[in-house]
Amino acid sequence: MSAASALSKSASKTVPAPSKPAADSSTLPPGQHGIKEHSDGRFGYVPVQTRSDRFKSVNVADFEAVTGREAVWKHSPVAKFTDLTAGDLDGSRYPVESTPSADISVEWVPRTDARIGTAGLPEERAAASAWSVFDDALAITVSGEEAKEIVVTRSGLGNNARGAHTIIEAKPFSQATVILENTGDARLTENLEIILGESANLTVVSLQEWDDSAVHLANHFASVGRDARLKHVVVSLGGSIVRVNPSVRLAGTGSDTLLLGLYFADAGQHLEQQVYVFHDAPKSRSRVNYKGALQGQDARTVWIGDVLIGNRAAGTDSYEQNRNLVLTEGTRADSIPNLEIETGDIVGAGHASATGRFDDEQLFYLQARGITEEEARRLVVRGFLTEVVQQIGSPELEARLQLAIEAELIGTDDK
Amino acid sequence: MSVLEIKDLHVSVETDQGTKQILRGVDLTINEGEIHAIMGPNGSGKSTLAYTIAGHPKYHVESGSILLDGAEVLKMTVDARARAGLFLAMQYPVEIPGVTVTNFLRTAKTAIEGEAPPIRTWIKDVRQAMTDLRMDKAFAERNVNEGFSGGEKKRNEILQLELLKPKFAVLDETDSGLDVDALKIVSEGVNRAKANTGLGLLLITHYTRILRYIHPDFVHVFVNGRIAEQGGPELADRLEDEGYDRFLVPSNVG
Ligand SMILES: Nc1ncnc2c1ncn2[C@@H]1O[C@H](COP(=O)(O)OP(=O)(O)O)[C@@H](O)[C@H]1O
Ligand SMILES: [Mg+2]
Repeated sequence: MSAASALSKSASKTVPAPSKPAADSSTLPPGQHGIKEHSDGRFGYVPVQTRSDRFKSVNVADFEAVTGREAVWKHSPVAKFTDLTAGDLDGSRYPVESTPSADISVEWVPRTDARIGTAGLPEERAAASAWSVFDDALAITVSGEEAKEIVVTRSGLGNNARGAHTIIEAKPFSQATVILENTGDARLTENLEIILGESANLTVVSLQEWDDSAVHLANHFASVGRDARLKHVVVSLGGSIVRVNPSVRLAGTGSDTLLLGLYFADAGQHLEQQVYVFHDAPKSRSRVNYKGALQGQDARTVWIGDVLIGNRAAGTDSYEQNRNLVLTEGTRADSIPNLEIETGDIVGAGHASATGRFDDEQLFYLQARGITEEEARRLVVRGFLTEVVQQIGSPELEARLQLAIEAELIGTDDK
Repeated sequence: MSVLEIKDLHVSVETDQGTKQILRGVDLTINEGEIHAIMGPNGSGKSTLAYTIAGHPKYHVESGSILLDGAEVLKMTVDARARAGLFLAMQYPVEIPGVTVTNFLRTAKTAIEGEAPPIRTWIKDVRQAMTDLRMDKAFAERNVNEGFSGGEKKRNEILQLELLKPKFAVLDETDSGLDVDALKIVSEGVNRAKANTGLGLLLITHYTRILRYIHPDFVHVFVNGRIAEQGGPELADRLEDEGYDRFLVPSNVG
């Protein structure tokens, strides 16, 4: 990990991670094989303000119309979802299915539910639009100390523009894996609040396997209590434009989060994730690991990783990384890590970002050892993404994702 | 007994300046169990010959043929050539992100044998071969060639040679960039592979150094895309003393 910048016991006040749009894969010099490491550079963008100072509001009218020049929108094809940032949204209930699980309730609750707004607030207009319109929130409430799993499926959202709100609450000392499965068509902007009580141990997996036409803008706000542990996984495979932005506040002493991401963009797909971890308590720990593959003309991915170590967060340990694997020409992967540190007392803080290319020379090498072209691609992609899949911790889901990844590979081969 | 025959091979590449002729009529026959050294100055076309045998898409065969036990190699895909028993140890092995050495070796072995190797003996074989090549155990879990030093890459090539057991192997400047200790280790590996499987070897080199450890039966001097002279091991000694100068005049560049 040569690009990892590890700071330890740093005395500096604010250290924005040197950042640049690391790898526009389409401009890699020819003949470069393997991993291109993100390297520190003077150019590129440096945060203009501390991340926690961003303007927040639940009211859509408080945000200007989206132009695409805003920091949060500048990588997104905003013209393709003006209905979700400016238009009238349907905020009504929609069909949801869930597997039965004792100690986990799934129900619609009114806007007045006390939990709403406790994990985070919108920082951009699509999120505020959703917040302004939802009639009821879907609430998934976890209690009970034994490990358990629930799958909550949305498959019938249809193609009218919607706004939605979801709460996942893990009561103190509870434990569960909540898998949110998204399939079918959708034009959806939504907020998801994840609230972990003291010592709760929660895994949330958001699975985007939408139809090709779907547009999905999601903001996940998590608040992690004392000694609680959140594993958050974003898997984006299907959909036309999918933007899932998790934002986690490590609010309690000793809180811990592992943020995983897995995405596979094929021709014309835009998959984006803006990840934000706010260390707001002592001895908190975070790990961020997002991996993506790109294949096909105009396959596009964006990863922005902001880590803020606040002045209350002494003795924290954080590391974030994003790696992209480019399988064909004509793709573009942006990967932008940012690190801000407001305390001198940290155990560790590091980041890495790299975009590697699977090219003809690699193919030749593998084939020269008897491996067919198809098998060679499968080998490389599976090898690359497996590290993330294996950390999800749900064997059934892991097996299914391995198959889904292989289907992605074959899917684009046919195009 | 296997035989690899290269007949009147003409090869070109496309460059920005147009088509460039590189090989201009190569004839060479290698029998199983024989070691042939190909020696020649930089730019004479040695790697082109190696890549053409392996089937690299960049090299265009204008005419000629390559027969493996009578079957036309030029009609085979790259992977089919490997499965037919050809192996190329590359001069510059590439990095393969996301694929561990272990995974790669098993996949390659499975592809070449047509079935997965029995797990117990396979793991033992891999360990033994790595120990023999003085490769640290940790290599097995690293991505293929990623962050490997020059010497480590070459060992990794020979590791594959030992495990995949081809009928014929082309070693393209496997000696270059190796210090003397690494050179000995790598040479031992090649000699071991030959002792174990009786493969035929085409040893491409610029210097005579490696020939101290791997003894060729035949030496071919390669100049300007063809074999200019051939003989026994004594020819290598002569090259050691005289260099390639006498082959380079008169210059027929262009
Ligand atoms: N892909 C290529 N594009 C352009 N020129 C090439 C290419 N490959 C080889 N050549 C040229 O062909 C000649 C022979 O190269 P090569 O086979 O690599 O020689 P050697 O291995 O003997 O040093 C050189 O002049 C080299 O520059
Ligand atoms: Mg060469």
